Amino acid sequence: MTTSFMAVLRRDLLLAMRRKNEVLTALFFFVIVASLFPLAIGPEPRLLRKIGPGVLWVAALLSTLLGLHRLFADDYADGTLEQMALSPAGFAGIVTAKMLGHWLLAGLPLVLLAPLLGVQYDLDGGALLLLTLTLLLGTPLLSMIGAIGAALTLGLRGGGALLALLVLPLYIPALVFGAGAVEAHVAGLTYSGHMALLGAMLVVAAFFTPLAVTAAIRIALE
Amino acid sequence: MARARSHLRGEQLACIRGDRSLFSGLGFELHGGEWLHVRGANGAGKTSLLRQLAGLSRPASGRIFWNDSDIARDGDGYRSALLYLGHPSGVKDDLSVIENLRIAAAIDGAPLGETAALSALARIGLNGRADLPVRVLSQGQRRRALLARLIVRPADVWILDEPFNALDTRAVALVCELVAEHLARGGMAVLTSHQSIPLHGALELELA
Repeated sequence: MTTSFMAVLRRDLLLAMRRKNEVLTALFFFVIVASLFPLAIGPEPRLLRKIGPGVLWVAALLSTLLGLHRLFADDYADGTLEQMALSPAGFAGIVTAKMLGHWLLAGLPLVLLAPLLGVQYDLDGGALLLLTLTLLLGTPLLSMIGAIGAALTLGLRGGGALLALLVLPLYIPALVFGAGAVEAHVAGLTYSGHMALLGAMLVVAAFFTPLAVTAAIRIALE
Repeated sequence: MARARSHLRGEQLACIRGDRSLFSGLGFELHGGEWLHVRGANGAGKTSLLRQLAGLSRPASGRIFWNDSDIARDGDGYRSALLYLGHPSGVKDDLSVIENLRIAAAIDGAPLGETAALSALARIGLNGRADLPVRVLSQGQRRRALLARLIVRPADVWILDEPFNALDTRAVALVCELVAEHLARGGMAVLTSHQSIPLHGALELELA
């Protein structure tokens, strides 16, 4: 089980290294979207401080969506996904490795970039730290929910647009509590409730998504 | 020997695509050392049957037993005894030939050393091409890159969908040789092919 988990993880990272542009596109998209707002709105520190956390979170959602449809679609098209589904080592572990790979490539870089981009919104040190923390809890959640959507739309024509329609509404709770925590901090309120809910959602998702994704892919393979 | 007793049995298998019934009431029993040649015209349901036998899709009716346990219920034991190589290429274009082989083995939970991988590739006729990305290979070579798994992955049941597609005559002979060795070890195989296969001990299954 651990052998196949590590093999799939290493494989997905290796494939991403061979096609760097796909990972970099999503990252630059995040950077650019997050930088457009301060330019459009102008230097108004109070307004920027207010919208900053929300804008960064929305940019993170959209950036996560960019490469999401390819999470399983490539492997589905070339038949390696059905080989994985038949692996004696268990499919749920393989699926979890793929989700972890997606997070390492599409989620973790956003977490690391967010404090830099947050400076444009005149957020102070505490708010930047909290923003990073909410994204650290939130981006794995985005990868997991996204994986469910990617598995459900596997093999559909025009699945990319459908995937966005399917997944974005499901991202709302993460968005509300993630951005809400930072906004609460900026407004001088307590934010521990937001963080606790975000953490709880992460734990529930970590438990259920491998089951849901496995089932959805098996249906798609039939 | 436990292996000689193992068997694969299908009972009353049926497949329905849309509102068309491809086949129904299909049954067979396969023991170690035997192989099943699935024949039929294009669209007769050969690939559908093979996917059912691999456990990738569920039969519309009927059941499949591996050593008397239903594979729909107890799939884990069956999957470790099964090697299914299907229609799609099954290899990653961006990875090299040897990476494909070693990663596939590791995903199956049985890591493969570099020497073993290289000797398998030499046997399948990809000598000196191990480090090329699969993208630059010809169709036949890609097929060989996939079929190299026959050499390295121990399995009791081989299910091969059109294994001779795109292969030249030497490669066809080589695959036949591999299947023959596998049968001699007490394994069993299910093949589809439009060509006649020069192997003994065949059970025939004709899909109308």
